[in-house]
Amino acid sequence: MYEPILLRRVGRIHPTRLSDYETNDGYRALRRALTWRPEHIVQLIKESALVGRGGAAFPTGIKWESVAKQPVTPKYIVCNADESEPGTFKDRVLMENDPFAIVEAITIAGYAVGAEKGYIYVRGEYSKAYDTLATAVAAAREAGYLGSHILGSDFSFDIELRRGAGAYVCGEETALFESIEGKRGWPRQKPPFPTEAGLFGKPTVINNVETFANIPWILLNGANWFRSLGPDGSAGPKLYCVSGAVNRPGVYEAPMNITLRELIEEKSQGLPDGRSLQAVLIGGAAGTFVGPEHLDVEMSFQGLSAIGASLGSGAVMVIDDGTNMWDILRRIARFFAHESCGKCFPCRYGTQRQREIVERMANGTVRENDLERLVDLWATMRDASLCGLGQTAGNAIESGLRLMGVLTT
Amino acid sequence: MSEEKPTVHMTIDGHSVAVPAGTTVLEAADALGIYIPRLCHHPHLTDNALCRLCVVEWEGARTLVPACVAKVREGAVVHTHSERVLRARRTILELLFSAADLSDTPEIVAYAQTIGVNPERFADGERIEHPIYDDNPFYIRDYNKCIMCNRCVQACGNDMQFTYALTVGGRGFHTHVDTFFHRPLPDTSCVFCGNCVAVCPTGALVGKTEIEMAITGEENHGH
Repeated sequence: MYEPILLRRVGRIHPTRLSDYETNDGYRALRRALTWRPEHIVQLIKESALVGRGGAAFPTGIKWESVAKQPVTPKYIVCNADESEPGTFKDRVLMENDPFAIVEAITIAGYAVGAEKGYIYVRGEYSKAYDTLATAVAAAREAGYLGSHILGSDFSFDIELRRGAGAYVCGEETALFESIEGKRGWPRQKPPFPTEAGLFGKPTVINNVETFANIPWILLNGANWFRSLGPDGSAGPKLYCVSGAVNRPGVYEAPMNITLRELIEEKSQGLPDGRSLQAVLIGGAAGTFVGPEHLDVEMSFQGLSAIGASLGSGAVMVIDDGTNMWDILRRIARFFAHESCGKCFPCRYGTQRQREIVERMANGTVRENDLERLVDLWATMRDASLCGLGQTAGNAIESGLRLMGVLTT
Repeated sequence: MSEEKPTVHMTIDGHSVAVPAGTTVLEAADALGIYIPRLCHHPHLTDNALCRLCVVEWEGARTLVPACVAKVREGAVVHTHSERVLRARRTILELLFSAADLSDTPEIVAYAQTIGVNPERFADGERIEHPIYDDNPFYIRDYNKCIMCNRCVQACGNDMQFTYALTVGGRGFHTHVDTFFHRPLPDTSCVFCGNCVAVCPTGALVGKTEIEMAITGEENHGH
């Protein structure tokens, strides 16, 4: 039986009571970290093979190492808590129920790379998560876990909270920086990457909430332990957000050798009586639809990649046979047209034309060259858009149409 | 003592090029006489790489790469007119034709013809009709011709004038250049320097004397 790690304290402690956190392994990792040299921590995270949980799966240790090596100061730590991918609600559970773990991990990151300031950028709609984190940051500061000379060391660090204003694109790391800087939240062309020129143009570590939540446990239990959880290339625990046509939707933690079938049939206790599976959308609106023939896929980075899907943020939306796929595709097309920031041409115009065409297909008023135009829009958005939003805006619709047999090539 | 920048060697469309490090692919192609189309790029403004017309195929890269900001790299191999590039460029231009009036942008219209763009391909899509703003003695704003290249906003802001009278409003398809709170220009911080008019590539911003001269047939003798 797998014992949860990331969700261990969730529901078992009072989220904002520091003493509860401390008596359940809280701040043991930071105390240990401060006795180590910063390079040792970076090396440990590299050896753990932890990769980012926000969707891009970039190796966390390599990110930290490049920031640590930058001669430029100041450096920043940013926690991306702008959880906006449809069907994704794991970071929310962590922030609302175990906020000190995030605060502790960000502090450890600051020590490891030589930063003195961290930001948590919280999705605007997440008011409870914001309040919980704000209370935790204040309590940590009061107790000497934040501020100058943390726990009597030479290390000083503090955290500031920022709220988003409802834009999906601000979860894109460089748009998030622009937003913190008080500018219009639209993404920057990369390179330069955040490790070189991030927040306020300075070297920046930016990680997702769930990524940070792994850090204290790696410091406490070691890199080998972490790698031993889950298959090669997908080290450590993962939070899956199961929603849709299941009896028990929710956030489930598992090592990444779990299969889609186990997530749906065991963790979520299957589909309601009398319904059968039509499709699963993995990774949210920017993700991929897979059919029932893929139920035994391993829910790891490489397992999903092998069937042309991707784990993304860990969203698993279960769609039963009573649901009209056109309604879902129309919804997704509207979503991207609404959320495109409008900066680059392919996405600004492409998401709009995609929405118009998908609406026509869904309404049965399709025009002769609509599908051919859609295929060109996907190729162009994927290949030429400035950021990940435009690059993935056609994924779900393309895979959905393929699953429905509308697209055969 | 000036530091010599190291020379970088790479291949563009099969031609070897040796240029100083820090040169962009667009500049390197220009030096070779290879034309890469561009709309948002302006030599005096910060490149935002947003029109994506200058994208090129960079061997080994996951996506196409905007030549205006991509720096040359030793040994890199780049194709400026491969089928993959042309497909993206054609589609971007077809989308642009469906959303903006490009009648005062002849070089792009001409380029579009050479790569086989069908200007009518997305013409059945929604099009936003903008009023023409004639609210000051100096210039007219016709956003039906605006392609949101952002050049005027940058010229008004950090790149030239530091006036910040122009900004960006809306998002997605509805993204547009605007004044703060949609005020008429004389009510804003605008000082009518004319830099925005000078950098507009599509004739969305036009000086009134230019329009009058066009109507009367009088030539501009550079007063």
